[in-house]
Amino acid sequence: MSNTQKITLAKGLNMGLRKAMEDDDKVLLMGEDVGKLGGVFRITDGLQKDFGEDRVIDSPLAESGIVGTAVGMALRGYRPVVEIQFDGFVYPAYDQIVCQVAKYTYRSQGKVKMPIVIRIPFGGGIGAVEHHSESPEAQFAHTPGLKVVACSNPVDGYWMIQQAIAHDDPVIFLEPKRQYHADKAELDESATPEPLFTSRVVRPGDDVTVLAYGPTVKTALKCAEAAATDGRQLEVIDLRTLSPLDMAPVYESVRRTGRCVITHEAHVNLGMGAEVAARITEECFYSLEAPVLRVGAFDMPYPPSRIEEEYLPDLDRVLDAVDRTFAY
Amino acid sequence: MSDPVSFGPDLAEVFGPSQSDGGPDLVQLLTPEGERVHHPEFDHDFSAEELRGLYRDMVLTRRIDVEATALQRHGELGIWAQLLGQEAAQIGAGRALRPQDYVFPTYREHGVAYCRGVDPLRLLGLFRGVDQGGWDPNENNFGLYTIVIGAQTLHATGYAMGMQRDGVVGTGDPERDSAVIAHFGDGASSQGDVNEAFIFAASYNAPVVFFCQNNQWAISEPIERQTRIPLYQRALGFGFPGIRVDGNDVLATYAVTKAALQRAREGNGPSFVEAYTYRMGAHTTTDDPTRYRLNDELEHWKLKDPIERLKVYLRRNGLVDEEFFAQLDAEAKELGHHLREGCKALPDPKPLDQFGYVFTEMTEELAAQRDGFAAYLESFELGHSEGAHA
Repeated sequence: MSNTQKITLAKGLNMGLRKAMEDDDKVLLMGEDVGKLGGVFRITDGLQKDFGEDRVIDSPLAESGIVGTAVGMALRGYRPVVEIQFDGFVYPAYDQIVCQVAKYTYRSQGKVKMPIVIRIPFGGGIGAVEHHSESPEAQFAHTPGLKVVACSNPVDGYWMIQQAIAHDDPVIFLEPKRQYHADKAELDESATPEPLFTSRVVRPGDDVTVLAYGPTVKTALKCAEAAATDGRQLEVIDLRTLSPLDMAPVYESVRRTGRCVITHEAHVNLGMGAEVAARITEECFYSLEAPVLRVGAFDMPYPPSRIEEEYLPDLDRVLDAVDRTFAY
Repeated sequence: MSDPVSFGPDLAEVFGPSQSDGGPDLVQLLTPEGERVHHPEFDHDFSAEELRGLYRDMVLTRRIDVEATALQRHGELGIWAQLLGQEAAQIGAGRALRPQDYVFPTYREHGVAYCRGVDPLRLLGLFRGVDQGGWDPNENNFGLYTIVIGAQTLHATGYAMGMQRDGVVGTGDPERDSAVIAHFGDGASSQGDVNEAFIFAASYNAPVVFFCQNNQWAISEPIERQTRIPLYQRALGFGFPGIRVDGNDVLATYAVTKAALQRAREGNGPSFVEAYTYRMGAHTTTDDPTRYRLNDELEHWKLKDPIERLKVYLRRNGLVDEEFFAQLDAEAKELGHHLREGCKALPDPKPLDQFGYVFTEMTEELAAQRDGFAAYLESFELGHSEGAHA
């Protein structure tokens, strides 16, 4: 009997965290308000009640302290999963992440592992004030020693968080906060998940390859539906892993389509799209019918929320880029 | 103009007058003149063997420092962080540890490393540029040297929180009960991470001793730039006790650190030890202290030398003979030889090996980069062949 249920992303993550804690008693959760409150997004709801205050730890309000103590716990043999409450609050912990979490294994020439997961709700679209809608992924993908993944849907949330926790290297785990309580999906807990550090074709098509991750996967899928009514078949790939990148399915796709658009909420300048475009140019140069186009944020701080929908990459902006790939 | 509003107590009244000599709360068991004094709370009945051991440790530690400094001058090390003058603080703290305790050092804890049984040659790799530390912290419960100022105090606190969860705190079993010591300096006391570590440790009652070697100088900045009150008094504001100990007095440092560690092991939480000492040398071999401090100050502290005072005490009390000094001298020479020869023999790192250290398992991306680099190196007819072994 397959055990399926309809869940949200928030539920998927919650169930995944619970499963990881049941499977390994070295797994600890720590962060601001993750205990009694269950996190401001309720991702850790009920976990402190069931696993106790020693394993689900409400921390003082200090992000560097949260990540820095996680380093010590990892050295002691624990597998800390820390929650950064919002993307824009990760910066106080930036030094610990970049200089310690990312480098400890290298510093020890591989003798020490850092199995830390740093969960960061990211992206916009929730009508929030400053610092609550950012997309800092490129800063971490640019840092050797870190792995960076982004889930886009409830089922991936459930599996990917468990895989990240079981992984022996530090993982920056990005969660599209706008999706937490949005669409439901069918989860089959008896299924076998794909490996963590893989990208996935989520909609096949032969005309244009559209790359997305996290919150923009949904946007890309909507684009594909809309384009289909115009007779254009978009192939949508959910990158899922941003560092390391899993480019093989991307190359395969682009060699077939000759056109590629990548969309993310982060700034395009030196963003993930820039790296992906460079790699595609190197590997698929003679297959390209047009340059790889990027659709993302303009180079300004995240705007006031009343205009955020204009600013975020949406159906029209992505489709406009798709059109432009045919103009070469 | 109206009179200024009274706003809390006068700081000078609370903290007393200038404390350039450590102030009235300084815990001391051996004066600079080598006179044994006693303290009502922190005392220890040192056996002659213990005293000779501490003396030997300090002499050998100084030798490590002197040799490494010389190796830098000879171009064998890129840089060296000197500990000259801080031998008592480090040996006192290092010898107070039990095997199950854990140390989180800065980059200057050569004496503590020595106490933990780390081959001092191992420390040179970082300064020679052959590795970034590279030792296994769990081999001697001695963490990797941490260069970002104060970052390791959080690691220490987290590690101590792990000990709490492992049930190795407050069990009453001396073989089992464990604590962590976090080393840092006066400059680090200004860092956010150190203050966050204090808060986390206090909040969770973590078994960690914050051991601050106040050597009066953060490169060129004097202690007055970091604090307006004696550092040890800060601890109270965080909710745990702070003690100032004469960091040039190995006996007092040992006794105070031992008590602080025991307190932590018993489950009574964190404490702060300010080892009041002086950086006799430069910040590192690239620094020039003559640009910012007066020779008078150095001369003043020379009179408080940590090794000299114990030597005087040992001699005066007939606890040593010339044979002891001759043996120790021979041992120091042997150590020097080990460091000089060993340093020069440290193999240069292999360019291709570095790719394998980034993650627990090399990613395909990195493997591809390594292979590309290997092919590039191999494309030359001469040289670089040693890099291609992987």
